[in-house]
Amino acid sequence: MKALIRDIYNTAHEFVRTFGAFQLFFLRLLRYSPRVLMRRPRLVVKQVYNAGALSLVIIMVCGFFVGGVLGLQAYANLARFNAEDSVGTVVALALIKELGPVITALLFAGRAGTALSSEIGLMKATDQLSAMEMMAVNPVRRVLVPRFLGGVIAMPFLVAIFTCIGLFGAHVVAIDLLSVDVGAFWQQMQLSVDIDDIHEGVIKSFVFGVVASLFAVWEGYNAVPTAEGVGRATTRTVVISAIAVLILDFMITAVML
Amino acid sequence: MQQTRSVEIGTGLFVLFGMSALFFLTTQTTGGDGFSVSDTFEVEARFENVGSLKSRAPVSMSGVTIGRVTSVVFDPESLDAKVTMVIDAKYDKIPDDSDASILTAGLLGSQYIGLQAGGSDTYLEKGSEIYFTQSAIVLENLIGKFLVGSQSGDEE
Repeated sequence: MKALIRDIYNTAHEFVRTFGAFQLFFLRLLRYSPRVLMRRPRLVVKQVYNAGALSLVIIMVCGFFVGGVLGLQAYANLARFNAEDSVGTVVALALIKELGPVITALLFAGRAGTALSSEIGLMKATDQLSAMEMMAVNPVRRVLVPRFLGGVIAMPFLVAIFTCIGLFGAHVVAIDLLSVDVGAFWQQMQLSVDIDDIHEGVIKSFVFGVVASLFAVWEGYNAVPTAEGVGRATTRTVVISAIAVLILDFMITAVML
Repeated sequence: MQQTRSVEIGTGLFVLFGMSALFFLTTQTTGGDGFSVSDTFEVEARFENVGSLKSRAPVSMSGVTIGRVTSVVFDPESLDAKVTMVIDAKYDKIPDDSDASILTAGLLGSQYIGLQAGGSDTYLEKGSEIYFTQSAIVLENLIGKFLVGSQSGDEE
């Protein structure tokens, strides 16, 4: 009994400690961010390339098919009410407000987040981070902050690209395959999509970018420096990012509605 | 050096691509409702009941959008709804005895104002009021009338 209580206490204690360390880590990243952006923009550019440009293929392919399947489903259900003209509206609102940011964030966590945390974890396992400290180079500033910033900068662009390609996919499916009227498709969309909807999508994509990159960097930096530890850190990055993104999505939507 | 260059080019292309995607989203999927002229004149109309007419609803004549509703307010003195709309200034030959009715696009569509040309020689201009108006058809009222009508029919 005593042991059980001690275990519970220890677990809770450990949880709170990790949580606090995480906040401090986040603050540390934020504090170094402006300086890194000003003095070492090259490092950030490299990471924008890694996180953004190299994720383009998966983002574009997935965007196309997500848009296409949305178009199919919307058409199949709206056609029952003779409201095929609203396919554009449904697809655009779903993509801009929800699916664009969320699916991109999940793909980003899977494609770029894992790469970040395994890279950093491996650097730690092979003592590269310690070596930097020995040379009086701050590894947080030199390694972590550029990777974090790269993810944060890349995410909104990735979301915008995903949404556009998704609209294109829906356009192909609805107009070329299901012969929805092209004028009605775009006009109904333009009538019902408001600039506020775009703002919501951009805010979400920015928040998700911060969250996904933050967890990736954090997990990598705190990985147990063994082969197994790096593997675990990579898995945890995806799991935690996905959970955090979906919970935050619900919260942001509830606030902005 | 060669490698950094290609990274920089890739990043630049990516960011440009992303920005043009954002630009496309903000300009092509929103607002552009086929009516965005700056040269307009304002006209007023009073309706007994506007139904669910909202500002930004189209004003159309013969099915062509020629203007847009700018405000729908309740007038506490005359106890009716005052609708202000702007009409493209190039349509300056609309007779001032034209009538305005609130119509619905499709069965469940949004409501808009339809203008029907009158026969007057004087035209609508800035600040003029459309006197002949027809309220929105409210479904509940229609059903109510129908029910009352059929009941009285039974009694006779």
